Amino acid sequence: MIVDLLDRRGWGAFLGLGAVLAIGVPLLNLLPASSPFAIPDYLVPLLGKYACYAILALSLDLIWGYAGILSLGQGAFFALGGYAMGMYLMRQIGTRGVYGNAVLPDFMVFLNWKALPWYWYGFDHFAFAAAMALLVPGLLAFVFGWFAFRSRVTGVYLSIITQALTYALLLAFFRNDMGFGGNNGLTDYKDILGFDVHAPATRRGLYVITVIALGLSFLLCRFIVRSRLGRVLLALRDAESRVRFLGYSVTNAKLFAFTVAAVLAGLAGALYVPQVGIINPSEFSPANSIEVAIWVAVGGRGTLVGAILGAGIVNWVKTWLTGAAPEVWLFFLGALFIIVTLALPSGVVGLARQWQARRRRRAVAVPAE
Amino acid sequence: MNDVAMTDTSSRQITADTLLYLDGVTVSFDGFKALNELSLIVTRGELRTIIGPNGAGKTTMMDVITGKTRPDTGTVLFDGNIDLTKLDETAIANLGIGRKFQKPTVFENLTVLQNLELALKGERGTWRTLTAKLSGEGRDRLDATLKTIGLAERQKEIAGALSHGQKQWLEIGMLLIQDQKILLLDEPVAGMTDHETQATAELILSLAGSRTVVVVEHDMEFVRSLGARVTVLHEGSVLAEGSIDHVQNDSRVIEVYLGR
Repeated sequence: MIVDLLDRRGWGAFLGLGAVLAIGVPLLNLLPASSPFAIPDYLVPLLGKYACYAILALSLDLIWGYAGILSLGQGAFFALGGYAMGMYLMRQIGTRGVYGNAVLPDFMVFLNWKALPWYWYGFDHFAFAAAMALLVPGLLAFVFGWFAFRSRVTGVYLSIITQALTYALLLAFFRNDMGFGGNNGLTDYKDILGFDVHAPATRRGLYVITVIALGLSFLLCRFIVRSRLGRVLLALRDAESRVRFLGYSVTNAKLFAFTVAAVLAGLAGALYVPQVGIINPSEFSPANSIEVAIWVAVGGRGTLVGAILGAGIVNWVKTWLTGAAPEVWLFFLGALFIIVTLALPSGVVGLARQWQARRRRRAVAVPAE
Repeated sequence: MNDVAMTDTSSRQITADTLLYLDGVTVSFDGFKALNELSLIVTRGELRTIIGPNGAGKTTMMDVITGKTRPDTGTVLFDGNIDLTKLDETAIANLGIGRKFQKPTVFENLTVLQNLELALKGERGTWRTLTAKLSGEGRDRLDATLKTIGLAERQKEIAGALSHGQKQWLEIGMLLIQDQKILLLDEPVAGMTDHETQATAELILSLAGSRTVVVVEHDMEFVRSLGARVTVLHEGSVLAEGSIDHVQNDSRVIEVYLGR
């Protein structure tokens, strides 16, 4: 069944690209810095970060590109996954914190807290934290989606309430009383599963795991969109009430996609935090979630490859531009969104397909002349 | 006028033959009564045509039956004693009530074949559809339906590329393959050529007996060609009922149709 997900060429590209990213990059990183082919240490977590963003973009594409639900709060699920992992990493600091408290993270000691809040229990276990990184976003999406989809909130209204959701979480996590480090968030991590998070070897490992997670996420999304349920999602994007009259539950189909997307976003967030070394409330900012929509639009929504490409391209430009001319970045992003919306409704992938079709037509036309 | 509608149906009762039963159904939108004490009985295997001027409540009646609109008052029963006013569209569709919309509504971004496959009678649960596979029998039914609606050669094309009449046929095909007990067809020949209209009439007639079909239509020639019992709606109630000749000679019907 898995073999059917891609055709021969598709699998070739998938495995080839996967091998370059998951094996080639770490090997080149191992070369001595003097080698012209060496990938410097700083680039490994950066590529890892892009891979996390690609998973996040995939998750949005699943619900927006296929089911037509434009969630502008996808960053909230990403941040929740990130916080779950951040909590584990905080507990691993142990007595190495500034205050040397074996149980309480530094910010709690600073706030004069005497005991660990109940919702921090269990986060000293990696497996528990990893499960929470997926379950919490999934559960929130399930409950939120259940109310929203059952009440038939669609289109721009849904986009607005998802923005409100992420904004509400932003404000909540800013509060010191919440017990998540307030404004500063969670940072100063020491190690993950006993490995030093700053060591190049750990970063290579995290990077490889992220690339593999991206590959598996892609296959999962591919499986969903190619199933009959995937067609139901496409169908309800175009004619929701017709789907109901065919006897499918629109609410359940949307809820499924929305929850899976949230779990994927949580996974992306959990992989992101150990690689960037911090999680703070700014990850909940509505602008972040809107940016994800731009990645997907640039790459081409409704194509999974497009989501991954879009996340890669836009973030690569962002890294370069915020270094070279930081004041230009937001204008660039805005302009990009306008250009893509007006001129490239199906993004980079759509453009590539147009070129392909034109070339094929020309190839057919030439012998006829 | 209401008295007429009431006396017309009060003598009738639910019997074992009754598939669809509407009694005293009223729907109002901002004070405007789209349906006004509407009563209607459709028996199993019957072909029924419903006509009426614009705003007579034909589409609202379909909306009430399929769960899209909740009536303010009245009884809507299906297949004995199933109360349709308590169910949503999905549940009603799964009971065996199929609907074709006035404006042809197919999934424009899916292929013709995929449209039919979605409609194919079978699993509707979300988890089941995730792993659903097309069976050999299902494939045969798809092929047979494609042939019936004359779209076998275009099955791989995107439904959005079809002509208006072909979309109508595809939607009818989706209803056929859904294998519903009752088909509600809202203006099935709107925008069709004469030839297509005739073919549609033949298709509907071929269903007679095996399925219950309710056709809402403006086109009097088409209604006549079906030769079925006609219900005339006016201002949300039944104005007259009987054969096409009977209703066309009814003085009240003439008054409503030809001006007052």
